[in-house]
Amino acid sequence: MSGHSTFEPQNGFVKWMERRLPIFGFVHGSFVAYPVPKNLNYFWTFGAILAICLVAQILTGVVLVMHYAPNTAIAFDSVEHIMRDVNWGWMLRYMHANGASMFFIAVYIHIFRGLYYGSYKAPREVVWILGVVIFLLMMATGFMGYVLPWGQMSFWGATVITNLFSAFPIIGDPIVELLWGGFAVDNATLNRFFSLHYLLPFMLAAVVGLHIWAFHVVGNNNPTGVEVKDSQDTVPFTPYYTVKDIFAAVVFLVFFAWMMFMVPNFMGHPDNYIPADPMVTPPHIVPEWYFLPFYAILRAIPDKLGGVLAMFGAILVLFVLPWLDTSKVRSMSYRPLGKQFFWIFVIVCLGLGYLGGKPAEGGYILWARIFTVYYFAYFLVILPVLGFIEKPKPVPASINEAVLAKHSAVVGADSKA
Amino acid sequence: MITLTKNAARALVMAGALAMSVAGVEASSESSFHYKKQDWSFSGAFGKFDRAQLQRGYQIYREVCSSCHAMKYIAFRNLSDKGGPEFDEELVKSLASEYEVEDGPNADGEMFMREAKPYDYFPSPFANDEEAKSANGGALPPDLSLIAKARAASIGPDVGIEFFNDLIRMVWHPITSYQEYGADYIYALLTSYEETPEELEEAVGDKYYNPAYGSGVAIGMAPPLDDELVDYTDGTSMTKEQYAKDVTAFLMWAAEPKLEERKRVGINALIFLVMFSVLLYFTKRKLWSGVKH
Repeated sequence: MSGHSTFEPQNGFVKWMERRLPIFGFVHGSFVAYPVPKNLNYFWTFGAILAICLVAQILTGVVLVMHYAPNTAIAFDSVEHIMRDVNWGWMLRYMHANGASMFFIAVYIHIFRGLYYGSYKAPREVVWILGVVIFLLMMATGFMGYVLPWGQMSFWGATVITNLFSAFPIIGDPIVELLWGGFAVDNATLNRFFSLHYLLPFMLAAVVGLHIWAFHVVGNNNPTGVEVKDSQDTVPFTPYYTVKDIFAAVVFLVFFAWMMFMVPNFMGHPDNYIPADPMVTPPHIVPEWYFLPFYAILRAIPDKLGGVLAMFGAILVLFVLPWLDTSKVRSMSYRPLGKQFFWIFVIVCLGLGYLGGKPAEGGYILWARIFTVYYFAYFLVILPVLGFIEKPKPVPASINEAVLAKHSAVVGADSKA
Repeated sequence: MITLTKNAARALVMAGALAMSVAGVEASSESSFHYKKQDWSFSGAFGKFDRAQLQRGYQIYREVCSSCHAMKYIAFRNLSDKGGPEFDEELVKSLASEYEVEDGPNADGEMFMREAKPYDYFPSPFANDEEAKSANGGALPPDLSLIAKARAASIGPDVGIEFFNDLIRMVWHPITSYQEYGADYIYALLTSYEETPEELEEAVGDKYYNPAYGSGVAIGMAPPLDDELVDYTDGTSMTKEQYAKDVTAFLMWAAEPKLEERKRVGINALIFLVMFSVLLYFTKRKLWSGVKH
C-alpha cells in the first residue's frame, strides 16, 4: 500500500534525523500521506475514538494510582479519599470509571461495523485477530479494574467470575488458587489484580500498535467492500480524515461528558458503594454491563462446565470468523440475505445483554437459550452456508464509481424536485 | 449511512418487540412498593443544594440518627466546605468541641480523650461493629456516609410491562440526568412505617413493618422520625415529612460532597464541547466540499 515514502524533509534537523531514525517519515507515511478510501462513513471514526479512550484511561489511571491503596483494609477508604479530598479526584475517578464504559460502547460499535462490512475477510484476517486480542485484553482489564474499589459488587463479582474456572477438570482448582493467590478472594487477589490492571493496558497499547500497523499494510476496508484501485478512490489521511475523526471524537466526548458529569453512577451499581463484606452476599450479583451478553450465555447452559465453555467459545469463535464466512462479497450492503441475518444477530446480542442483567429464571432463561443458539448458529452455520446459497447484488467496479453513482442519484433527485 | 442508521433503529425496535413476551409473563419479583420521585433542589443539570436544608439535615443527623449510625468519612471541617451546609468556621469549631475523641499515645504511652477539632471525623456511636450489633438486636446500623449512593428506588416512567419500563428508563434516566434514586429511597423509607398487617405479624416479629424497605418488609430500625421531634428555629414546619426531606438532602451531600462542583464544571465542559463540535462540523464540511464522497 505505502511503498517508498515520498516524504521530503525541508528542516535541517529533520533531514539529519531522517538519515538516522526515519521516524518523521514514518509518521508522515502513516498518518499524513496515508491514502484512505474517500467513502468511509462515520462508523469508521470509532478507531480514532477508541485510541482517545485508551489514552484517557491510561492518563487518568496513572494519576489515580498516585492516591489509591491496593489493600483490602484501606482500598475502599482510599477511593473515598480520592472522591472527597484529592484535588479534582472526583473528576478523575468518574472519568476513569465512565471511560471504561465509553471504551466498550465504542469497541462494540467498532466490532459490529467490522462484522457488517466484512472487514475480517482476506487480506484483513490478522487485523481482525489482533482486534479480538485487544477485545480480550480490554475485558480482562475492565474486570480487574472493577474489583479495585473493593465494594460489594467488586468482591462478589470477582468471586463469581474467578470461581468459573473451577469448572475445568483437573486444572480448574489450581487456576482458581493462582488467580486468588490463596483459598478465597482476599488481599492477595486484590494485589495481583491491581498489578495486572496496571500492566494489561500497556500490553493493550502494544497490540493496538500492531493492529494499526497491520491495517496500514493492507489498507482500510470501506462501505462498498471493494478494494482501492487507484488514487481516484482515495484521499490523504491528513487533513481529510484527521478533521473528520476529530469532529466525530468531540461529538462522542459530548456524550461522554454528559454521562460522567450528569449521571456518573448510572452505569455503576449502588451496591459498590457498600464496602466489601465476605459474610453478606448481595441478592443479585451482576457484572458490569459490558459483560452481560456473555454472562447471559454462561447462565443459559444448565451445566457449569458447559456454560463456561460456551461463554469463552462466544469470544473464541471470533478468532476463526475469517474462515467461517464463505461469501466472496465483503459488504453486507450487497448481501440481501446476509444483511437480514446480521440485523437479527445485532438484536440477539442486545437481547443477551438485557437478559444477562435479569435474574436467571423462567422466561428469561428460555429466551437466553434461544438467543445463545442463534449467536453460535450465526457464526457456525449461517455465515458458512450463506456464501454458497446467497445471490449477492452486483458490486460496484470501484469506490469512485460507487461514489459517483450515489452522487448523481442525489443530484438527479434534487433536480427533479 | 442513512439506511444503516435506519436499520439500527429498526433492530432496536425489533429487539423490544421480541423480548416483550418475556416481560409480559414475568411479573416483577421485587417488592411492589411504589416509590415516588421527590422534588430535590440538587436534581438536574443545574441542581444545587439548599444550604438551610443541609443545615437542618445536619441537625437531624446530630440529634437523631447519630445515636446509632456512624458517618466515618465526614469530618467536622466538611461542614464549612463550599458546596455543603457552609456553616461558619467558628460555629464548626464549637460544634466539634461538644464531642470528645480519643487521641494518643501521649509521651507516657497512654491514650487520652480530648475535645474534637474541625479536622476530626464524626465520632462513631459504637466502639466497633460488634458493639453496634449487640446494642441493636443483632442488626448493624449502616454507616451513613455513602448511603444515598448505596441504595436505589426503582423509579421512572411506568407502562405496566417490565421490559418496556427497563428500556424506557435506560434512556429516561440519563436524558433527564436522574441520579436521585438513593435520595428517593431514603425519603420513602423514613416516611413509610406502618402498623404491621395481621398476616405479616409473624414475619415481622419484634422488628418494624416498612413496605419501602428494600430487603423484605421487616426492618430493624424503629421509626426514627416523628412530628415535633426536632426543634427548628428558622420557622420551617416540624413534620415527619419535612424532617425526612432535610436529612435525606444532608445524606446526599455527605455521599456526593462535590455534586455542585461536578455539575458546574460539567455544564462548562459541555458548552465548550458542543461549540467546538459545531466549529469542527463546518471545518469538516468546507474541507470535504471539493471531494465527491
